[in-house]
Amino acid sequence: MRRAEPLLALAAAAAMVVAALAAPWLKFVLTIALAKGMAALGIMLLLRAGQVSFGHALYVSFGAYTVAFLAPTLRDSLLLLPVAAAMATALGLVVGLFVSRYRQIFFGMLNLALSMVFFSLLEKLYHITHGTDGIRVALPTMLGQALERTSFEWAIFGVALALALLFGWFARAYLDAPMGQALAGIKTRETRLEFMGVPARHVLLSAYVLSALMAGCGGAIIAMTTRHVTPLLAYWTASGELVFIAILGGAGGVIGPFLGAVTYELVRVYAAAILAEAWQAILGTVLLLVILFAPGGLWGMLAALFRRRRAA
Amino acid sequence: MVAWFEQNGLLLGLALLDGLAYAALVFLVAVGLNLVFGVLRILNVAHGSLYAIGAYTAASLGIALAAGGLGPWASLVALVVAAAVVGAVLGPLIEGLILRRIYGQEEVLQLLVTFALFMILEDVQKLVWGVQPVHHDAGLRWLGTVDVPFGGDVIPFTAYQLYVLPGVALLTLAGLAWFLRRTLTGRVIVAVTTDREAATAMGIDARRVFLLTFTFGAALAALGGALSSPTAALVPGIGAQTIVLSFAVVAIAGLGQIEGAALSALMIGLGRSIAVYFAPEFEVVMPYLIMVAVLLVRPQGLFGTTETRRV
Repeated sequence: MRRAEPLLALAAAAAMVVAALAAPWLKFVLTIALAKGMAALGIMLLLRAGQVSFGHALYVSFGAYTVAFLAPTLRDSLLLLPVAAAMATALGLVVGLFVSRYRQIFFGMLNLALSMVFFSLLEKLYHITHGTDGIRVALPTMLGQALERTSFEWAIFGVALALALLFGWFARAYLDAPMGQALAGIKTRETRLEFMGVPARHVLLSAYVLSALMAGCGGAIIAMTTRHVTPLLAYWTASGELVFIAILGGAGGVIGPFLGAVTYELVRVYAAAILAEAWQAILGTVLLLVILFAPGGLWGMLAALFRRRRAA
Repeated sequence: MVAWFEQNGLLLGLALLDGLAYAALVFLVAVGLNLVFGVLRILNVAHGSLYAIGAYTAASLGIALAAGGLGPWASLVALVVAAAVVGAVLGPLIEGLILRRIYGQEEVLQLLVTFALFMILEDVQKLVWGVQPVHHDAGLRWLGTVDVPFGGDVIPFTAYQLYVLPGVALLTLAGLAWFLRRTLTGRVIVAVTTDREAATAMGIDARRVFLLTFTFGAALAALGGALSSPTAALVPGIGAQTIVLSFAVVAIAGLGQIEGAALSALMIGLGRSIAVYFAPEFEVVMPYLIMVAVLLVRPQGLFGTTETRRV
């Protein structure tokens, strides 16, 4: 299954393009799913170390608001994206230096606290952020070209797809490298890592900064796709959603978070269309069923199917 | 300083009174969360939903009783009854049907299960009570107001918030301390909190303890919600707000600490209400700032003990 990962990823990417061609409304849903999948990939890295961040919406919203603030001056999406990514990474480094000292619930709660502080600032500093109204993002250009709406949506979908593949490839290489392997050591017995001369804090910090970068990129793409940012992007339920997606997809492989994100967004769209008042309950039920009956997530289910096929 | 006090004394008094009443509510919810976390080792995200459902049930019951012609005292009784009913029904239901299946699973999965429950209960609450604000304060109005002397001035404050809320919180604190330290069942719960394996090896039925603790914690959350219902209109989202606040209390207090939860609830309650009166833009941020400050100095919480390094 692992060897087939790159091929599967390319096949899935091709399938997404076909789906977006066949049903134009899917293009929007899939772009958002890819963006959230990036953020969930970062969460997955931290899960490898056994740490749950209940506050990564901080980086998503930080990336999104960076785009919203800078869109009038920078204008081009391929300028906005790296700047938002750099800002989120810098924030991740500063916060990471602090939170990488903590483990388990304290790690989770500190991330939660900091994201809620940011949420409150977004909501209360009305003269800067326009509070709960949020900020509208003007249609950015792409490589200096002013595109009309549909072409721009196609372009940003392409950017999201390319970034997702890039991040997936990078995360895979990272997890194979000693730095990534050491993450599992934090989960099992941290003291042993220290005895081997591996500073656990640095290992966790590297994964944390990486996760902030991915979440920031995701946020930037969300801002350019929905073209409207609100403080709700930073609320703790948005962070919970990211952990949800990571678990739904399965923490086993780098495709898992994206699989989870696409499933999540599709279930959400259909649930909202069928039962508008209960979409959240439907998502919750799906999550409950997955955890109770397929703890490996969707990716784990697929991998099991694949293995059985091989054995037969 | 003196001049400042003369100008703002009244505000400060109000902030202190408000903070005390608010801290009482926060304590009730957070101590339940802390108890459940200590015993089951599951951080129950759905705890906030239990708070919200407790609040709505109390308000509905109060409205029904008032419509039935009963006096305002019935609304006060309804608060406690609603909390007990919500705890006794939802507690065993959630523990027995869902949580029981995931003990021993990875921590992340346990956390996510309660998050899923939170999502479900949040919609159930909206389906049952709708999105329009619900408000019933007959009991609070019936108790009237008290003039509290403060630095030469007099502050009128509702007797409900002045006496009932802190009173119930104090009773709960004392009752819990007595129950956990002086009764057999309580000591069994403490034993499971300290060392689950050893306790089970001594013949303690951990499953029974889990069920009991969870039901009790759920009832405490519902009680906090029920008691808060006369003080403010109920809207969707109160559960989500409450749970993050309780998380902060638990992180500040440290694991399984009852008195610690009381102290940190007091810090958060007072901190928040002082912010409400003197720096309203910081109202929501305050609890988290306190939490970050505490964890900077004491990474294991105010009363938590550091875990020994295992090799």
